[in-house]
Amino acid sequence: MTLLRINRNPQLNSHGELTHLLSTEGLPQDVLTRILDTAAPFAAVAEREVKKVPLLRGKSVFNLFFENSTRTRTTFEIAAKRLSADVINLNINTSSASKGETLLDTTDNLAAMQADMFVVRHAASGAPYLIAQHLAATGKDHIHIINAGDGRHAHPTQGLLDMYTIRHYKQDFTQLTVAIVGDVLHSRVARSQIHALTTLGVPEVRVIAPKTLLPSGIERLGVQVFNDMKEGLRGVDVVMMLRLQNERMQGALLPSAQEYFKSYGLTMDKLALAKPDAIVMHPGPMNRGVEIESAVADGTQAVILPQVTFGIAVRMAVMAMLAGA
Amino acid sequence: MSTHIRGGRLIDPASGTDQRADLFIADGKIVGVGDTVPAGFKARTTLDATGCIVCPGLIDLAARLREPGFEYKATLESEMAAAAAGGVTRLACPPDTDPVLDEPGLVEMLTHRARLPEFAHVHPVGALTVQLAGKKLTEMAELSEAGCVAFGQANQAIVDTQVLLHAMNYAATFGFPVWLQAQDPFLAQPGIAHDGGIAARLGLTGIPVAAETIALATLLQLARETGVRLHVTRISSAAGLDMITAARAAGIAVTCDTAVHYLHLCDHDIGYFNPHARLDPPLRAQRDRDALRNGLASGAITAVCSDHTPVDDDGKQKPFSEAEIGATGLELLLPLTLKWAQEMQVPLLTALARITSDPARIMGVAAGRLDIGLPADICVFDPTADFHVTRNNLKSQGKNTPLLGLTLPGRVRYTLIDGHLAYDGTS
Amino acid sequence: MPTQRPDAEALCRILADQMRPQVDLARTALVGIHTGGVWVAERLHTLLGLHIAPGVLNVSFHRDDYNQRGLQANMHASLLPFETEGAHIIIVDDVLYTGRTIRAAMNELFDYGRPEKIELAVLVDRGGRELPIAADYCAHTLTLAAAQMLELEHAPDGSLSFRLTEK
Repeated sequence: MTLLRINRNPQLNSHGELTHLLSTEGLPQDVLTRILDTAAPFAAVAEREVKKVPLLRGKSVFNLFFENSTRTRTTFEIAAKRLSADVINLNINTSSASKGETLLDTTDNLAAMQADMFVVRHAASGAPYLIAQHLAATGKDHIHIINAGDGRHAHPTQGLLDMYTIRHYKQDFTQLTVAIVGDVLHSRVARSQIHALTTLGVPEVRVIAPKTLLPSGIERLGVQVFNDMKEGLRGVDVVMMLRLQNERMQGALLPSAQEYFKSYGLTMDKLALAKPDAIVMHPGPMNRGVEIESAVADGTQAVILPQVTFGIAVRMAVMAMLAGA
Repeated sequence: MSTHIRGGRLIDPASGTDQRADLFIADGKIVGVGDTVPAGFKARTTLDATGCIVCPGLIDLAARLREPGFEYKATLESEMAAAAAGGVTRLACPPDTDPVLDEPGLVEMLTHRARLPEFAHVHPVGALTVQLAGKKLTEMAELSEAGCVAFGQANQAIVDTQVLLHAMNYAATFGFPVWLQAQDPFLAQPGIAHDGGIAARLGLTGIPVAAETIALATLLQLARETGVRLHVTRISSAAGLDMITAARAAGIAVTCDTAVHYLHLCDHDIGYFNPHARLDPPLRAQRDRDALRNGLASGAITAVCSDHTPVDDDGKQKPFSEAEIGATGLELLLPLTLKWAQEMQVPLLTALARITSDPARIMGVAAGRLDIGLPADICVFDPTADFHVTRNNLKSQGKNTPLLGLTLPGRVRYTLIDGHLAYDGTS
Repeated sequence: MPTQRPDAEALCRILADQMRPQVDLARTALVGIHTGGVWVAERLHTLLGLHIAPGVLNVSFHRDDYNQRGLQANMHASLLPFETEGAHIIIVDDVLYTGRTIRAAMNELFDYGRPEKIELAVLVDRGGRELPIAADYCAHTLTLAAAQMLELEHAPDGSLSFRLTEK
């Protein structure tokens, strides 16, 4: 017996339409597939002379980055501008929040500036949900929120662009074995990938990491755990690498980058254990020589740069779907 | 002021009474139980308890009144009103006020301030170490004289086992009980939710059960060594409860309590990062919750309290990891205990013991029973009426509970403290 | 008197006959609007023997009803297998009605480059224009009530037919 879950799924409005993108978890398969299908025509936009469509003309997209990230912010900015939206970038850590303004006060102030969409990155898991609930409670639920990464919880657009990439190269999710390698414990990307992969019907999702980098209870998400990378990569169709942050070597989780690379770095030798046509993915930025060897990153099986291109199309698709809801 | 409580069903767990009987009160004390009017008794007030249960006023082992120091969150007035509305006539408050209750003068100020007829009796728990810092012992004898019923650390562990040993030995010298939470700070420190599948999904740093069991092993060993009367506060896991049960069987003088929210909620109830579900200890897994429910029924857990911690809206309207810890509870102690009893089919006599005579025993006070000559601390409640948990209905300044919006069984009609009608639910 | 359902296959032949004298087999590029226009464009391409393969236009990005109705489901990407800059393009659609779809189609085309000339060929013009758009080649005109819908269908054997329904 679990008592009443007080909050209903804030990603969907009362008609069951996607009104925010906060997590890949809880999105039904048909919604995920629709996002991938919608991204395809947007990918074509980048190939033409005029790389813009007027769908979001007159709309304001505010990039609220409470956690620094030039890369992600830039891709969202490009996507919004290609939709003809006006983009305002706010690096909150250099402004009001550092003066003690609460998250919700910041939200209220920006909502009062006639924002249509917030792209939010925050260091605390769940922050975008708080914002979504607050907007609903204050009658501002016409403002759509895209989670650009919250703590360790989710990075849904990354998960979606990774799915788009897999579909582009492998077509059928239901025949694949996919391995996610690296610091799953701290990774919001990994969580978003896992939910999307399992929802789209990938029969075998593996996580490969030392025990110190795996959350307890990770199997509950529907994955098979491997501590031995060689075992974990055997026969795999897709290798999804995760970034290892320098801080992890500072605490008591890992002894050194060299030792990590030895057991968990993706080298040509280890890649050979996967299927010969396996693709190698990485959300970037890469730590060459730590989680991945240059020969692999620059090799024929890596699809890391296409991921970036697809990322813009997927973000355009998400923004266009939300803004039109 | 002589009062006649008429027509109720009297339940007094200490004496095993559960029958229709009237209650007679004069000069602040119980002067008669049953249908015979005591000689010379003339009722000034008659309270109609038809359809209600008449039981000892509830005794809450942990309620934060937020004074001194946190008056912007709640005041003595508001929280005492909440206590009375919840049928609570006696409570112990933890030492984590500001300043910390580590000096006799502060304790006296608090108990003096709380001495109003409509206020519940306050029994402070004194700090075991100065400033709760875990380094220097407090003047426990002086604090005891000032009114402290026990010594504790609120949620802050003593890391230095040497200090812990000395603190327990010193307390044992005088026979003072020690109330401590079992939580290893190194394992618990960065964590904000129970370490398991839910925390993994939500990307919240986990507090493993080992944080409780490892600390508990230390506490139990030292309790055995020192002979101190140890009361473990807010046990949260099945494994931890098993350790306490085994320790008791081995003759160690240990008891434990849990708080009402843990009887009903588990980590699933964090839902979409509901900050009201941020508690210390964390809401654990379903199987832990089930163990706590069973443990309270069997008596392995001696008592249940509210762990009342009012937090203002600003403190809770933050992302989960930044939200202030705690839930309001004085007004939910009775309804949540009744709900647990109904679901577990625990007889009312036992259920009410867990919030009256059993906590009285832990506190070491002659209270929580309806004996002639004892102070007339009485709770009259209607078990069939509902309590709707809404911001308006809660008298506490803390509206922070994960149970907002729910309807719970049991509504207090009257609360008497030393014979004084502190709460009248009919007006 | 009930409206006659037009014979789509016959109209394709009539349309091709109208266009034949005006097209340049090597230079003229047909571009069909999803989905009905694409089928007609393919039929015309065969009937006229044009060299350049027909293109496909997704007009969703330039529709003027996005704010009211959101993004369409089942969008396909535009595909133009020829250089738009300086091209002779004929936009092909099944039914011409308000003219808004054609306006969006032209906007989409200009995102690819600057054509030298754009013309419009439709099977049926049902009147009811809301913008100053006119077909250069039109096989059939008729008037329909606002509540009536005329849609082109594609049978498994490849044959085209019109369906007339009430909304």
